[in-house]
Amino acid sequence: MTDRPTPDPLLTPNRPSVSNCCDGFSRSQAIRSVLAAGRAPVDREWDPRMPTPAGVRIDRRRLLLGAAGGLLSVYGAGRLGLTDRVLGDGIAQAAANQSSTSPILVSVFLQGGVDSLALLGPAGDPTYVKLRPTLAVPATSGLSLREDPSLYWHPSASSFSQLHNAGQVTLIPGIGYTDPDMSHFTSRHYWEVGVTDAELETGWLGRYLDVVGSPTNPFQGLSMDGQMNPTLATAKNPVAAIDQPDNFSMYINGVWGGAFEWAMDSASSLGDAQRHSHDPAIAQVAQAASEVGIVRRTLKPFVNANGGPAYTSPVTYPTSVASDFPQRLAGLAAMIAAGVPLRCVALTTDSQFDTHSAQVGTFDPGIKLAADSLAAFQADLEARGIADRVLVHVWSEFGRRAQENGSNGTDHGAAGTGLLIGSRVAGGMLGEFPSLGNLDANGNQVENVDYRGVYCSLLEQWFDQDAAAVIPGARSFPRYQILGTGAVTTSTTATTTTPTLPLGLKRS
Amino acid sequence: MAQLSRSPIAVFPGRFTEADACRLLWRGGFGPQPGQATELAALGLDGAVASLTRPAGPARLIGAPPHNDKGQALDPINVWGDDHCWWLDRMVRSNQQLIERMTLIWHSWFATSEQASNAALMIRQNWMMRSHVLGSFHQLLLDVTKDPAMLLWLDGSSNNKYSPNENYGREMLELFTLGADRGYDQDDVHQNARALTGWTNEWSQESGPTDFHFDPTLHDDGVKTIFGQRGRFTWVDSCRLAVHHSSHPSFFVNKLWGYFVGEPISASDARALERTYVEAGFEIRPIVEAILRHPAFYEGARLVIPPVVFCAGMLRASRQTIVTTDWSWVAQETGQVLFQPPNVSGWNYADWLDTARWAGRLIAVNTALEDRTINTNSVHYPSGETPSQAVANALHYWGEPTLSARTRANLEEFSRRVQRGITATWEVLPYREIRQNALRALIPMTPDWQTA
Repeated sequence: MTDRPTPDPLLTPNRPSVSNCCDGFSRSQAIRSVLAAGRAPVDREWDPRMPTPAGVRIDRRRLLLGAAGGLLSVYGAGRLGLTDRVLGDGIAQAAANQSSTSPILVSVFLQGGVDSLALLGPAGDPTYVKLRPTLAVPATSGLSLREDPSLYWHPSASSFSQLHNAGQVTLIPGIGYTDPDMSHFTSRHYWEVGVTDAELETGWLGRYLDVVGSPTNPFQGLSMDGQMNPTLATAKNPVAAIDQPDNFSMYINGVWGGAFEWAMDSASSLGDAQRHSHDPAIAQVAQAASEVGIVRRTLKPFVNANGGPAYTSPVTYPTSVASDFPQRLAGLAAMIAAGVPLRCVALTTDSQFDTHSAQVGTFDPGIKLAADSLAAFQADLEARGIADRVLVHVWSEFGRRAQENGSNGTDHGAAGTGLLIGSRVAGGMLGEFPSLGNLDANGNQVENVDYRGVYCSLLEQWFDQDAAAVIPGARSFPRYQILGTGAVTTSTTATTTTPTLPLGLKRS
Repeated sequence: MAQLSRSPIAVFPGRFTEADACRLLWRGGFGPQPGQATELAALGLDGAVASLTRPAGPARLIGAPPHNDKGQALDPINVWGDDHCWWLDRMVRSNQQLIERMTLIWHSWFATSEQASNAALMIRQNWMMRSHVLGSFHQLLLDVTKDPAMLLWLDGSSNNKYSPNENYGREMLELFTLGADRGYDQDDVHQNARALTGWTNEWSQESGPTDFHFDPTLHDDGVKTIFGQRGRFTWVDSCRLAVHHSSHPSFFVNKLWGYFVGEPISASDARALERTYVEAGFEIRPIVEAILRHPAFYEGARLVIPPVVFCAGMLRASRQTIVTTDWSWVAQETGQVLFQPPNVSGWNYADWLDTARWAGRLIAVNTALEDRTINTNSVHYPSGETPSQAVANALHYWGEPTLSARTRANLEEFSRRVQRGITATWEVLPYREIRQNALRALIPMTPDWQTA
């Protein structure tokens, strides 16, 4: 019973659970999983005050695709009446049309509310030490910030510090919005939809894809969480989610090895023989069976015998028994290099940062895995010669209370930390570190950079897109310098081989 | 045995064989239990059809009641997915197979999704449809029009004289009774929506939508002109005008025919059935009885069996009942979740398969074989089983389904290939069990099994 898809995320979470997160966080995670799977939550778990996550009403179709090795869930295909064939052709066409400099934005969500004051702390500030008797970043971390040497990175975030020193991280230490909402569910929703509106059902990147995207290329908005990330929810164009490989590999109970391969061959050869049957019903079944065979053959170079990835990465990614986040990033780099026509990608960390108690036990390894993985991803992109195409936006739904609580943890706060990572970012800091002498009425840090202003700036500077068409009230938000002012280098492909796109849907 | 109504169209003239009985059970029910096709064939065509269309007394559910993975009774109202399993169980166990199959047809015909209401209202609608399955379409339409789940799904209870909502008024004509642009226009839709005003409901904190009723103060009692007729029409008139519209009989006959037969109905057969339908006062049973006896039903092209029929059919063929609620998410993978049709036009019966839904059916096969997987360390499995015997044993497991010679040869070839492929010493012992597990999974995945 280990080799089957998870039936119900409410009953069997497929991620290791942590005990120190709040009930609201666990509940919102569970409900979101159920909604994303296309189900309605059981009544007693549903709190009508929670905003509906963007995109849960979009129809879901599942396709087998070769790229990235697995099952692809396509959202919005039914809305457009797209068939496998049109999608397959659309993806191939989008791949052919993209240029070697087409920009890609990767949205990385650190779920649960990252504690900014543990990520970066004014180690010598007596107020800080008083607020954080057990959770203050010590000056002995040695990772002082270039722009403000009184601030120190957490020792577990040394990879962020290194990237920052190399000018590849723009630090935003006080990002948020006025009248902050301290509910996981609500605040996350605001960030996902790019406006403080509980009713909106499209993600901010989804709306961008509706403006510039294709009606036939679901890869333009790719969720790598095994389900659709609401940030990518569109109203019009299709987007996709790659299921985790262990959620999809075909199997037959009590059959393995050669016998399994022969059984699948047998089914698809019966399909091959009858796909043009004069009986349309026989032909329909046979064609599906035959195409499953085609996909299986296409997949072979990308999936190894154990169902794992068959591609190799030029750098070493961290490994974790609790998370495949680094491996998902490795897969993403391989997909970009292979020419999969991506525009916006969204990933969520498995690490949960809702650290109400015993914070060091989860924050420290969680932030280390995130930082080390993202640094490996950056190095991977550079090694492949595609780093100039990618910008990573790291965010969390809120920061945490300045004063630590009595359980060696921290409660929900307001302003938090954001990061922009990539070869072309401006580096340095956006805004300033929110003063501990100026906390809000709840004892939380006050934001000085508006997240919607960052979204508008990303749209305008990274995608060359008028933000007003995507972010409601775009004009009212400040703009920030996202990209470096230095000469923009164009991407040079390191290898001479043409990237191949391993799609399994082309019909013979 | 009750008498069948006289068929106004051709009746299958040949000998009613076991294969014919098999097709009747797959299309008029959820597939045969082992031996059932033989019993049905013995009744002859008329007897077999009458046993489906004129069952005596209330339905009986035969076999062990359904339960979830923990052995607990299903809770279809409160537990997500249990509603699907609840109806799937009736499909597996009911001794009135056509009643369930017709209920499924009406569920797709008047496609309502619980996404607009809840399981309690969907199950209430389900019982309502079951009570009308072979009765009067006019009465069915009346009850659908005031059904709470439908009132929510197509905004019937938001349609009032102050702010008319055309949603139900339009779909009623386009999808339920007449067909798109067949003898009505936008003005008819608008006037029809006015006639349908007046239904409303309350909302309660505890149970959501409740107290569905007709409120005369919300009804537009002015004069409407629908299909050229003038009057102070109400929802009752709306249903009457729709079924008496000259486009309705042909819409009804064509659509119902399409659920049972793989090729279009001839113009003369259609005319004859339309006449019978009207003369019988919009009774459904005579039309179904004629279709189930028509030569095209037995001699025409095959039909892909819908996913839920596929799942129920495997359980029936292997004499199992519902012992896991995995069936609810398996349904999602196969592309047919009960009470959640994809949209108001129901499931597309012409398109049941692609690569992903094929893979979903393989998951369904695994679910049906879950408790029957042969232990590969079994000391009892016959060690001398030949490739042909292995195929025969697997066919026996599924109640001896008829396969084409090509399919049979394909399975035999697989069976030999496994035996030839033994190389490692560890394979020598368990390969027969592995082969049998594989053959049992392959049989329902064949085009033969998946079509009827």
